[in-house]
Amino acid sequence: MAEHRTAAFVRTEMLPEKAPPVSEVGIIRWLRENLFSGPLNTVLTFMGLFIIYFMIKEYSPWLRHSVWNAASVGECRDIVTAKYGEGATGACWAIIRDRWNMFMFGFYPRELYWRPTLALGLLIFAAAPVLFSESRMIRMWVLGVVSVFLMVAFPGLGVPNGDTALLAVLLVAMLAAAWARPWALLWLTAIYPGLAVWMLWGGSVWGPTLAMAGFVIGWAAWLATRRLGTILSVGAAVLVPVLWWLFGIAPVQAFLDAGLPFAIEGVRSEKFGGFVLALTIGVAGIALSLPMGVVLALARRSDMLLVKALAVGFIEFIRGVPLISLLFVASLLLNYFLPPGTNFDIILRVIIMVTMFAAAYIAEVVRGGLAALPRGQYEAADSLGLDYWKAQRLIILPQALKISIPGIVSTFIGLFKDTTLVVFVGLLDPLKGITDSVRASFEWKGAYWEPYIFVGCIFFIFNFSMSRYSMYLERRLHRDHE
Amino acid sequence: MAIASEPPKHGFRLSQLLYDTRYRSMTIQVVVMMMFMAFAAWLVDNTVSNLAARGKDFNFGFLGVRSGYDIGQRLIAYDSDSTHARAMLVGLLNTLLVSFLGCIVATVIGVFVGVLRLSKNWLVARLMTIYVEIFRNVPVLLWILIILAVFTEAAPLPNAFKEGGDASMMLFDSIAVTNRYTAVPDPLFSRSLGNIDIGIFLISSDLLALIAAIVAGWYARRIVLRRATFVQNATGERPVTWWKSAALLILPGVLTLWALGFHLGYPSLQGFNFTGGINVSNAFMSLWLALSLYTGAFIAEIVRSGVMAISHGQTEAAYALGLRPGRTMNLVILPQALRVIIPPLISQFLNLTKNSSLAIATGYLDLRGTLGGITLNQTGRELETVLLMMLIYLVLSLMISGAMNIYNASVKLKER
Amino acid sequence: MSEAKIERKIDRSHMTVTDEVAIQITAMNKWFGTFHVLRDINLTVNRGERIVIAGPSGSGKSTLIRCINRLEEHQSGQIIVDGTELTSDLKNIDKVRSEVGMVFQHFNLFPHLTILENLTLAPIWVRKVPKKEADEVAMYYLEKVKIPEQALKYPGQLSGGQQQRVAIARSLCMKPRIMLFDEPTSALDPEMIKEVLDTMIELAEEGMTMICVTHEMGFAQAVANRVIFMDQGQIVEQNEPYEFFNNPQSERTKLFLSQILGH
Repeated sequence: MAEHRTAAFVRTEMLPEKAPPVSEVGIIRWLRENLFSGPLNTVLTFMGLFIIYFMIKEYSPWLRHSVWNAASVGECRDIVTAKYGEGATGACWAIIRDRWNMFMFGFYPRELYWRPTLALGLLIFAAAPVLFSESRMIRMWVLGVVSVFLMVAFPGLGVPNGDTALLAVLLVAMLAAAWARPWALLWLTAIYPGLAVWMLWGGSVWGPTLAMAGFVIGWAAWLATRRLGTILSVGAAVLVPVLWWLFGIAPVQAFLDAGLPFAIEGVRSEKFGGFVLALTIGVAGIALSLPMGVVLALARRSDMLLVKALAVGFIEFIRGVPLISLLFVASLLLNYFLPPGTNFDIILRVIIMVTMFAAAYIAEVVRGGLAALPRGQYEAADSLGLDYWKAQRLIILPQALKISIPGIVSTFIGLFKDTTLVVFVGLLDPLKGITDSVRASFEWKGAYWEPYIFVGCIFFIFNFSMSRYSMYLERRLHRDHE
Repeated sequence: MAIASEPPKHGFRLSQLLYDTRYRSMTIQVVVMMMFMAFAAWLVDNTVSNLAARGKDFNFGFLGVRSGYDIGQRLIAYDSDSTHARAMLVGLLNTLLVSFLGCIVATVIGVFVGVLRLSKNWLVARLMTIYVEIFRNVPVLLWILIILAVFTEAAPLPNAFKEGGDASMMLFDSIAVTNRYTAVPDPLFSRSLGNIDIGIFLISSDLLALIAAIVAGWYARRIVLRRATFVQNATGERPVTWWKSAALLILPGVLTLWALGFHLGYPSLQGFNFTGGINVSNAFMSLWLALSLYTGAFIAEIVRSGVMAISHGQTEAAYALGLRPGRTMNLVILPQALRVIIPPLISQFLNLTKNSSLAIATGYLDLRGTLGGITLNQTGRELETVLLMMLIYLVLSLMISGAMNIYNASVKLKER
Repeated sequence: MSEAKIERKIDRSHMTVTDEVAIQITAMNKWFGTFHVLRDINLTVNRGERIVIAGPSGSGKSTLIRCINRLEEHQSGQIIVDGTELTSDLKNIDKVRSEVGMVFQHFNLFPHLTILENLTLAPIWVRKVPKKEADEVAMYYLEKVKIPEQALKYPGQLSGGQQQRVAIARSLCMKPRIMLFDEPTSALDPEMIKEVLDTMIELAEEGMTMICVTHEMGFAQAVANRVIFMDQGQIVEQNEPYEFFNNPQSERTKLFLSQILGH
């Protein structure tokens, strides 16, 4: 066999880098690749351009002719006609300006506007340890902007004289705490639910305080019975606070109100409206539905047939009916289901239903996350001697929840959007309830587009930023652990 | 080697109920059961005493009583002398109608937009992203209200369509959008087969014939394709089937329509209103469009992520094996993508069906509007009507998710 | 079969087998459904023994050691670990699990925790050790497996061999008296097997009681004082390593050895 000869070759000089041909760089290449890469693409590009052109042609005059300052629809029209001639159309944003408070606060008493505003501001402070604990810069930026906004807004919102200074001191103190340590504001997170209820509805300070005290009592019960085993202590930690809420609060509050009365002006639920209402229901629903959904998901994956069956029944029932029918249950049927004479707040009833609704969806999302975890994680936890609850809390749930973040956040977005449905049980949601009652006035009769666009934009900003935040969180967690 | 000590033996101790894996779960379940029963008993007891306090009872007799109200849009015969039960049925059919049509349009929009979002065309992909983000992040109620406002506020009066008026009909003078209704052509059959009375309502035989013809064509097509595969397996050559398959999909329906003498009755303006076609209420139109556009945005995302979930490697592997792009799509990508797409797609259908209860905002009388609306108010039986309404929605949902489970099971079997 | 060479000289001064019984398995049977995976297993392990279990895949060897810390439940017979019988009593199970360390084929580190947190988790939550002390113990064992510098990284940032050494250290932090290894090197690239085996040898040199399911026959020859061969859910042959490899008795053992050592 003839031996195959290979010509020996040794490179003595390395080749320098050269620029690519002109057709491969710059804007020409970009255009060719992204817009005109073939006949179909070219047609699509022209269709897209036509749509944009059509939108601009149709709607830009209306936007350009916007009127920001007027007292009624008629006045708006007159201004547009005077400025741009007969037949010109223009957006009348004056309605938003005129009824701004209505959109934001509904019929909340004007002199108490500062209370919901402060509650919202404090919400962001309370959420800081959870949401912005990673980066001090982001944390300080967010909280700083919130503080400045609050201080600027307060004078116009009816803060009692002198209290502005007090609030300023409080804000500065919290900023300093947040600067020092991300977890420093955790105490605020802990008391926030009671604080927010008190700020929004007012009344005696003792009601919310004693309700929050239920959690402390539950914790104490857990500590006291911990030696008796997990099941007993969990049972005690649930049962004792429930008893406290059902039977303990009323007499204690009566006693405290008599001895140490401390109350601010009360606001009834019917006065709530606009974004104050949407945010109250949305935030409460979000905060309550997550733990409930996690418990439901764990129950659904339980080995215990009965527990599993109850969880499946609950989840499938809630997911199988429209939210609107659950809201009807809240407004019409709860009166039948509760002991005669009970008549509790409509907003609270709606929050309970919205929470149950979102929790069923979150349970399914979290169940997916739990199912995605490899079995080895459970086995490793078992082999280290961790019991069920410790394994869930320390190993399983942190990972399962991380996987579930996108689904959880889109459930939250859904929940926030669904707060608009409360209009059908007679509450003044910002989208239909408020716009209808604004339009009911003589001045703003017939103004449809501007209120809808305004409310839609606000919802969009909230929801879009929530979904972007979840994408950021997903990326960050992904990066951290790789 | 030493002998291990005998393990201590005990009889049954009470603590075993909690610390023995054999009894522990039983103990917990018994406790849960007791708590659940107590809770249920508490609810029932409260309900009974509340009903007694109001002097009410719990019975569904009202369903047989004359309803006394009219329903504008109905698929079956109904008037104000009909019973509440029939009103409920009309409402249910209206719910089904808007959900069914909504699912179809939403799927078409979703697939179209989802594919365009994946296109290499920068401009179109961006436009579609804007559509998806805007529609997903704003409450569906807003879209319903806006579209309703477009119809009622921006559309012309019917008599603006008269000669010399400033409004014109669309699609070769067949559709007129007015501020009260949308007039569309009426499908008519000159050689109609009449209706079949199934006891509760009438079903058009023409419709049944059409469906039967299409289904038969579909099955015939499957036989042709199976035969082609058979020939391919035997000889290696696949016979050309596309024209047969296209003909079998289209011809049976067209032929049946021709045989039944299908023609359209065009709406025309007579006096102040359109006649000759069907005047579809704007309540229905706005609900249908809004649900379709809203759900379409979600479906677009599902389609996009479904296709993206199939790794690039699959396409490359198929190309490397010499499959052409069309075959790659049909044989490799789609079967896998559908497996990812269909379950969330069906849950979107479920959402759309439930969201159709937002008909409350437009005044379209669906199940919520009849049973959970006017009937509820007229009879004052909140407990019965709301529970019945929830039950019906629940059954609907369970049927849809049952279909999904069957699909999932069939896909899983193929995996093994 | 890739075979990692054991090059180092092994210090046998602490490798003493005592008379104290660590694990006693008597007439133990296990079924998966109707499939009889473990048949009449009788095995006594004394403190200080280093046992290697070999056998073809599906022979039940992993199931056997998973029964020892009750990751699998046996249906008949008796397993006594350190004087505690494994029954359905949760307290006994907890006790056994905190005495017995286990290393898995796929490491099963907790990906959301740092290496240090992986190591301190069980001592803090199960043994109730103060955090500072747990950290010190963890760092001690990380030094031992020679990766203290990785303490603050996440498992995903480590190589397979490093992850497995962390997994060993994680078990050691619970100060177990017995260590179980379930094919600890099977998921590793060849160049990483050696570093894990070295760690295991060091452990053996300190006198740890070990049961090891592995295909690393070099390790068995160098470290084990007994090799057990399993097939079809039963113990077919057991002997000291030299005899086992050079003078196998059963035909099955001979066939198995020729297959894995033959070429």
